[in-house]
Amino acid sequence: MADFIVGAVEYLSKFIFFIIAVLVISPVLTWVERKQSAVMQDRIGANRAEILGLRMLGLFHALADSLKLFTKEYFVPKGADRLIFHLAPCISIFFAVMGFAVIPHADTLIISGQPVEMQIVNLNIGLLYFFAVLGMAVYGVVLGAWASNNNYALLGGLRASAQMISYEVSIGISLVGIILVYQSVDLMEITRAQGDLLFGFLPKWGIFLQPLAFFIFMAAGIAETKRIPFDAPEGESEIVGYFIEYSGMGFGMYFLTDFLETILIACLTVTFFLGGWQAPFIDGWILQTFSDSTFLGIFQLNNFILTIVQFLAFVFKVCLVIFMMMTIRWTLPRFRYDQIMNLGWKMLLPLSLFNIVVTAIIVYFIG
Amino acid sequence: MLETVLFFALALLAVTAAIGMIVHRSPVYSVLMLIITLFSIAGFYVLLNAPFVAAVHMIVYAGAIIVLFLFVVMLLDLRHESDRFTLTKFSRVLAFIAFLVFLGEAILLVKVAFIDGGLDIGLGGQVSQLGDTPSIGKLLFTAYLLPFEIASVLLLVAIIGAVILAKQNLKPSQ
Repeated sequence: MADFIVGAVEYLSKFIFFIIAVLVISPVLTWVERKQSAVMQDRIGANRAEILGLRMLGLFHALADSLKLFTKEYFVPKGADRLIFHLAPCISIFFAVMGFAVIPHADTLIISGQPVEMQIVNLNIGLLYFFAVLGMAVYGVVLGAWASNNNYALLGGLRASAQMISYEVSIGISLVGIILVYQSVDLMEITRAQGDLLFGFLPKWGIFLQPLAFFIFMAAGIAETKRIPFDAPEGESEIVGYFIEYSGMGFGMYFLTDFLETILIACLTVTFFLGGWQAPFIDGWILQTFSDSTFLGIFQLNNFILTIVQFLAFVFKVCLVIFMMMTIRWTLPRFRYDQIMNLGWKMLLPLSLFNIVVTAIIVYFIG
Repeated sequence: MLETVLFFALALLAVTAAIGMIVHRSPVYSVLMLIITLFSIAGFYVLLNAPFVAAVHMIVYAGAIIVLFLFVVMLLDLRHESDRFTLTKFSRVLAFIAFLVFLGEAILLVKVAFIDGGLDIGLGGQVSQLGDTPSIGKLLFTAYLLPFEIASVLLLVAIIGAVILAKQNLKPSQ
């Protein structure tokens, strides 16, 4: 019976993270994006959708959008490869969702005296798993573009996948510095290692130890999610992208994939560079202030409160990074395609290689 | 028990997808079947306690090499190409010889595995510890440093060679 409760609580807590990450944040993101663009462009923005006279600053537009997408005709163009045409958006969204499995969202929670890692799957190769999932993301794009039986879609797909593959290289190499500094490829271990303080006051976060890698990762991450300024593959109104032939929920799934990838890149930025779930300075205070008495029958009071605070810290940091990415989106104009390729191969790649050399020398002499 | 079930499920998937890859008339579907085969082989690595090899297998093969295959197949637009893949008499003879060789290998493998009681390649109990990332890294940079570096130089030569070959045709026009 006790085992059953522990298991149930464990899966429930992991499930809540997934629900918040995937099903709550991503529709809200569409609203944030609209409202933020409206504020930055001195407009009012979406505010017309209402339920029973309630408008909630236009929050219901997320609901209205998804209803619209669901009820639109799902059109399959003539000569399309039906199986792959239907499969491609699913592949795309599948691998975006899979990425969340290794994100650690709080430290160990103690349930009935048993430690439970707050990570959906505790993989000791978490970082490599993330690369593998990222690499798979290309398939949804390429297959969807090919199956549409449209030359413009195919060209758009090739553009998109060339961009994704190019920037994957920079993402991978910039994270080698993180592996060198924290000596692990396990995301939980990397987050734990960021808990110490540097010189007694600075948290040992990736952004302080690997500032160059942080900027490379952010730039390449935004390119990977195909957002402005790197949105040459899809270009909302004027460039023909790989999902030109998709309508209704097929388009909706590609759209959702982009938002999920944004959240995923933000989660990983936080995990590698902003201390993950670490809540510096207040974690020790919480452990001292509250007792370790039993709480709700199965938890320890201080451990439970600490876990909640860490989870909130993680969500807060992720929201901050997403907000930054959206601000970048509404600030910069789009790069030309050759500029995107030059930036990827001639700027970010040499810089990330340089970062490895410098980090390796420093780690060799200090650590 | 679970491992056995998973092994046979993955084995069935791998073999079915491999056969499908050869048999299917559309090149794009063949590439997709190949990806499924690679996925199931990555599953075998996980079952063998080698998560690092599984991850690298997925990153390198499924994430990079097969994408290139897919690019080439799509850009050549081989949709109607399947009609041209008819066997000549000579290739039929070659196919039969290849079939005999593989049949012989398969029989040998079954004999070693089930009649001679498996093959001892001298690793013993080490295998379970060899799969994780730190030990593979240590082995690569100590015992196998020279082959590792030679392989990386080979890849570098291949990359430079590809660039030279690709840029050769551009020179006269400039």
